[in-house]
Amino acid sequence: MIEISVNGKGRKFEGDGDVPLLWYLRDELELTGTKFGCGMGLCGACTVHLNGEAVRSCVTTLSSAAGKKITTIEGLSPTGTHPCQVAWEKLNVAQCGYCQCGQIMQAAALLAKTPRPTAAQIDEAMDGNLCRCGTYTRIHAAILEASKAAGGVK
Amino acid sequence: MKCTFGTSFPAPENLPAGAAGGIQQSSTGGSFAGLAAAVYAKRDDLKVSIENVSVDRRGFLGTAFAAGAWVLGANILSGNADAAASWQPSVYLGFEPNGTVVITAHRSEMGTGSRTSLPLVVAEELDVDWTKVRVEQAIGDKRYGSQNTDGSCSVRDFVDAMHQAGATARFMLERAAAQKWNVPAGEVTLTNGVVLHAASKRRATLGELVSVAATLPVPKREELRFKPPSEYRYIGKQVAIVDQHKIVTGAAIFGQDMRRPGMLYASIERPPVYDSRLRSSDDSETLKVKGVRQTVQIPGFKQPHMFQQTGGVAVLADSTWAAMQGRKKLKLDWELNPEHVSYSSPAYKQEIFGSVHKPGKVVRNRGNFDGAFAGVSRKLEADYYAPMLAHAPMEPPAAVAEYKDGKVEVWAPVQDPQSVQQTVGAALGVKPEDVTCNVTLLGGGFGRKSKPDFVAEAALLSKATGKPVKVVFSREDDIRNDFYHAVAAMHMKGGIDAAGKLDSLLFRSAFPPIASTFQAGAEYGLDLETGMGLNEVLFDVPHMRSENGPAKNHVRIGWLRAVCHNFHAFALHSFMDELAQLNGTNYVDFFLKSLGPDRHVDLTKDGTKAWNNDKSVDEFPLDTGRLRHVLEECAARSGYAKYTNGKGRGIGIAAHRSFLSYIATAVEVHVDAKGGVTIPNVWTVADIGKVVMPDRVRAQFEGAAVFGTSLAMMGEITAEAGRIVQSNFHNYPVARMKESPRKIDVKIVDSKERHAGAGEPGVPVMAPAIAAAIFAATGKRVRELPIKRTKLV
Ligand code: FES
Ligand code: FES
Repeated sequence: MIEISVNGKGRKFEGDGDVPLLWYLRDELELTGTKFGCGMGLCGACTVHLNGEAVRSCVTTLSSAAGKKITTIEGLSPTGTHPCQVAWEKLNVAQCGYCQCGQIMQAAALLAKTPRPTAAQIDEAMDGNLCRCGTYTRIHAAILEASKAAGGVK
Repeated sequence: MKCTFGTSFPAPENLPAGAAGGIQQSSTGGSFAGLAAAVYAKRDDLKVSIENVSVDRRGFLGTAFAAGAWVLGANILSGNADAAASWQPSVYLGFEPNGTVVITAHRSEMGTGSRTSLPLVVAEELDVDWTKVRVEQAIGDKRYGSQNTDGSCSVRDFVDAMHQAGATARFMLERAAAQKWNVPAGEVTLTNGVVLHAASKRRATLGELVSVAATLPVPKREELRFKPPSEYRYIGKQVAIVDQHKIVTGAAIFGQDMRRPGMLYASIERPPVYDSRLRSSDDSETLKVKGVRQTVQIPGFKQPHMFQQTGGVAVLADSTWAAMQGRKKLKLDWELNPEHVSYSSPAYKQEIFGSVHKPGKVVRNRGNFDGAFAGVSRKLEADYYAPMLAHAPMEPPAAVAEYKDGKVEVWAPVQDPQSVQQTVGAALGVKPEDVTCNVTLLGGGFGRKSKPDFVAEAALLSKATGKPVKVVFSREDDIRNDFYHAVAAMHMKGGIDAAGKLDSLLFRSAFPPIASTFQAGAEYGLDLETGMGLNEVLFDVPHMRSENGPAKNHVRIGWLRAVCHNFHAFALHSFMDELAQLNGTNYVDFFLKSLGPDRHVDLTKDGTKAWNNDKSVDEFPLDTGRLRHVLEECAARSGYAKYTNGKGRGIGIAAHRSFLSYIATAVEVHVDAKGGVTIPNVWTVADIGKVVMPDRVRAQFEGAAVFGTSLAMMGEITAEAGRIVQSNFHNYPVARMKESPRKIDVKIVDSKERHAGAGEPGVPVMAPAIAAAIFAATGKRVRELPIKRTKLV
């Protein structure tokens, strides 16, 4: 049995430890804000926080998440008031929206560690998150906006 | 009126009787083109009709409106239609007894904003607080008219009906108040959701007037007052899409997120080669996998394949992961189609170049190309190539189906729910009316999700298992089971006259056509395919011929954002850049000179007619003045003429008309010492007529710049031994943040012209502009896409 915490709630998983966290979150816990895009760690749609670090849940097994704290988009801010979410809305970043939860989780992890990222740091941090609709310029701007709002950029 | 193709193609229900049933037609493209032409008969003289929708006619609207609501329906009728017989509203506008305004969204939302922009127009004309309006997504039903969200036409085709619906309801609510208060109707106004009689200071909410308004006759269009644009509060202003908050909090529901109680998850192994059949299967190891419940064989399609399922073996399990694991253990023996198992991309490339190096089917002819070309001294010949592409929407296809007693309900991210009804109905042998299609949000579509093969699979599996079933495409399934954007070969010849103007042009292209999806073995493009960039060349060139060479399909061919414009624009504008160089001028000067005086181009003089997204040229002329304007303005904004090219820095530009819009895009590239390309700047000037939501239009052009970058720089699908080689984003890359344009400047021309397309026309200009910029930076001409295949330094 594997014990993890998801969005602050203790969970017990009885199944196979090889199961990727993504499918446990989506199919079992019905936390569908974490998206499936590639299953190979190539697109970032499935990004969640594992003890505060952004990870790809599609290639993170439950056994490797054992005992750790997982935060999904649903747990980032219950009311959608995380600075990234606010900035995303302010700049109308989303087109289809499918990649955006992963983008926001990745950006939130970046800002938690690097409150004032440079353009190059943003590029680096966001390199693993694809957006087929092509919202990158707005994502970039929204990260700077969120950084400013959170007091990161003066 | 229905949206015409573009990226759209006739959905089966729009075809004349027989066509959808798979009538075998002759093997040339012509007869199908004839059929398509019949379907897309001229639809000028359209008028909007508004009616009260009585309770007994609301059944299919389901729970969209509360009991006791007053509902108006708005539709567009063609001039000769019998109003009573054909009245099928596209939008329903309802007022619930508590005053809540409900507007149905009959088009699918895949990121363009149409789920917001169309209801927004109704709210604007009605003059209510937009934030208090509820948008209800419509199910698939032919009573909505066309729901085929394709061809960049949602706003273009339906905006008039939306204006009229809103104005009609406002009129009736004002009348209702006047009647109630016994004052002259002209003295009552509805503003921002409140009805007011200024003289007596009486006011009423909408809820208080609903029951009276519902009894009034529907006014004629002539009686209505439309808001002057200066009074607009929403149209042309910054408005967030209705789903935005749900998207950023993870609450938005896409097809992949749907679930039904007791549902099984399905992962399907499909034929590795086009049009192949299963010989035998062994699922004994599969059934041992924990969580796997059963396997089901799915029959393959009958030609023409249209949107039917490809067949295969489905593994059904308690979770997506278990289904995927079980599938890996299947042992399947395929009888591979001998005609397609030899399909390999390098050999096929030779084949289609062979096709364009011979005379093809003439699709436009003016003057005497051969004579003129022989007579000029400055001339050029060039071959261009663009590979097959996969759509790769961020959300792989998925569908949930629940079959019960001869009826089936489905939930899916689809661009055309009525084509789902047809396709699923045919697969199950039930009537389309017995298929209820709920449209979820689409995690991108780009044309892939107009083909509901994946929904048919879910429906067949639900019927077979007696349980709700969700089919989940993995990314590998998506890349390998697409309706691909065609690979294309283009052969160009061009001559320049003494005055430095284009004098003669031969433009030949060959590509496996979309026609083959609807007519087995079709080798020539339909009018819509040749009409996209091959015959609609707007230059004032005295001698020109466009030809289409034959090409066989060995995969399913579909339409991808901007369709044939992508490869035709790449060849044409790259060639113009090369000719400009030969002429000692730049693209802009040579283009403008060759474009000639401002005028409306009439293709009928050249033995052809403009496909023109199936719109009449009276409504949407081929206007060279608008094309000239966007190019001039884009050149000015980007500093094109003054840019210092060379030493790894360059600027390129292209201007193209597509989806009835006029677009010019300039691209700046930097090429580093290792040949790595970055794109610091893109400037787009777009004349797309009138605009409802400028921010969403800008977003579409920003997105198109990125989509076009993927297509130009890195996108390529190839086949080997009939099988698709690529499988996921490691070998079918799409542009990442670093590879995408860093800054995208979008200027929307302030225009009073009719609304035209926004979703697609930003794409075709990108590849030729990037290729030209790379030439300017490095001196290397790139005539083959993707550009990553060419060593730049
Ligand atoms: S789904 Fe996990 S990175 Fe793509
Ligand atoms: S918004 Fe559609 S994939 Fe990013």
